[in-house]
Amino acid sequence: MRIGVLALQGDFAEHGAVLHRIGVVPIEVRLAAHLDGLLGLIIPGGESTTIGKLAVDFGLIDPLRAFAHQHAVWGTCAGAILLSRDARRAQPLLELMDITIRRNAFGRQVDSFEVLLQAPALSGVDDGREGPFPAIFIRAPLIERVGAGVEVVARLQDGTIVAARQGRWLATSFHPELTGDDRFHRYFLRLCTQGA
Amino acid sequence: MDKQQGSFTVKKGLAQMLKGGVIMDVVTPDHARIAEEAGACAVMALERVPADIRAQGGVARMSDPGLIQQIMETVTIPVMAKCRIGHFVEAQVLEAIGVDFIDESEVLTPADEEHHILKHPFGVPFVCGARNLGEALRRIGEGAAMIRTKGEAGTGDVVEAVRHARAVLGEIRRLQSMADEELMAYAKSIGAPYEWVLETKSLGRLPVVNFAAGGVATPADAALMMQLGVDGVFVGSGIFKSGDPAKRAAAIVKAVTHFREPHILAEVSRDLGEPMVGRQISAIPKEELIAGRGW
Repeated sequence: MRIGVLALQGDFAEHGAVLHRIGVVPIEVRLAAHLDGLLGLIIPGGESTTIGKLAVDFGLIDPLRAFAHQHAVWGTCAGAILLSRDARRAQPLLELMDITIRRNAFGRQVDSFEVLLQAPALSGVDDGREGPFPAIFIRAPLIERVGAGVEVVARLQDGTIVAARQGRWLATSFHPELTGDDRFHRYFLRLCTQGA
Repeated sequence: MDKQQGSFTVKKGLAQMLKGGVIMDVVTPDHARIAEEAGACAVMALERVPADIRAQGGVARMSDPGLIQQIMETVTIPVMAKCRIGHFVEAQVLEAIGVDFIDESEVLTPADEEHHILKHPFGVPFVCGARNLGEALRRIGEGAAMIRTKGEAGTGDVVEAVRHARAVLGEIRRLQSMADEELMAYAKSIGAPYEWVLETKSLGRLPVVNFAAGGVATPADAALMMQLGVDGVFVGSGIFKSGDPAKRAAAIVKAVTHFREPHILAEVSRDLGEPMVGRQISAIPKEELIAGRGW
């Protein structure tokens, strides 16, 4: 099974390492042709302005949209921003998920944090691992609004939405790829193989 | 668990988000805007680019916090700033104004000729320069969350960056083939903390993100460093000392993404205008070289 990781900029290698660990072949996607034959795509953390600009310059926006309408796509942090319809400022977006994102919502790097997160959707995706998920937020965005067809997957204790799913599209404002916990990747794998 | 801030995971994590990207030196908010629009993944705010520090001489210090804050207000990407080696109060000031990353940099005049800053107590991450594996692991031992080659800043000559990247990456390859009982003597010989030597061997790479810096001036220079095996590139004087900074900046960003595609590198290298003039390092008197600062 082959799953792509958009490799324009950011921590794509970290996602690739987790995919490899759970028995999936990660494919780095830098050009539209690299999308052929993939079951799904991860858009990694990084700088959303950098990734968006490179996606425009190398003609990836329309191919990525077309791919997303046939496949599962997951965005972490910068990737979640790119999946959103609205990031409250002018920058290139894929405008797929009916969510509004607020960038750098928690402040600057000194405000970045780790926290244990309740995510009931992960129940039973793995190898017996249960309990809260160790979530790492780095200059993270938050999901300010979700549309009618969007399911909230995780919230912080104060109610802030930090993970959401719309059909086979998943957005998380934190970085499961930086933890040793594979459950979000396994959850995404299900979206890739099960269909909408 | 309550929220935990300032952990090594979170500090190292920001560096991981910068991978595959270009961090550009900027002197004004206008430069910062050009860098962001060109696709920089972060900017380094400073008063003078290294080429000017080199030309003008004198003591080079942390920039005016007001200038750094103006740059922070101009862009949404992370903003880094430099403090002098060992000057932990400059670092405290930079942390207080909320910069995203501190570069404890040999480009500025060192404040301490024996000790670097103990970086663990800070909530803000640090990047430090290194010429070899021992130096890189000493900095990580002090708490650096990111390493860059020193190269020779402000010259536009990539030769030292290549030397330092080859040294670090080559030493890691040799470490991979050593027997475990050889590692304590090896740690002693390179002056590196033993635990970080073990960690590096088991990972097969530096335990933190590793960028190239110091002398990168063209898209091909940037791609050269990427093919050697670094995670991303700092460009200092190379952009704003060139004829067409916006175009060159965008070209270097594309070169770092498509570093293994010679056809794309050829395309982005076309018609960039004048590169920075540059100074051949072998022609610079030894006492003017800055990579030797730091210990």
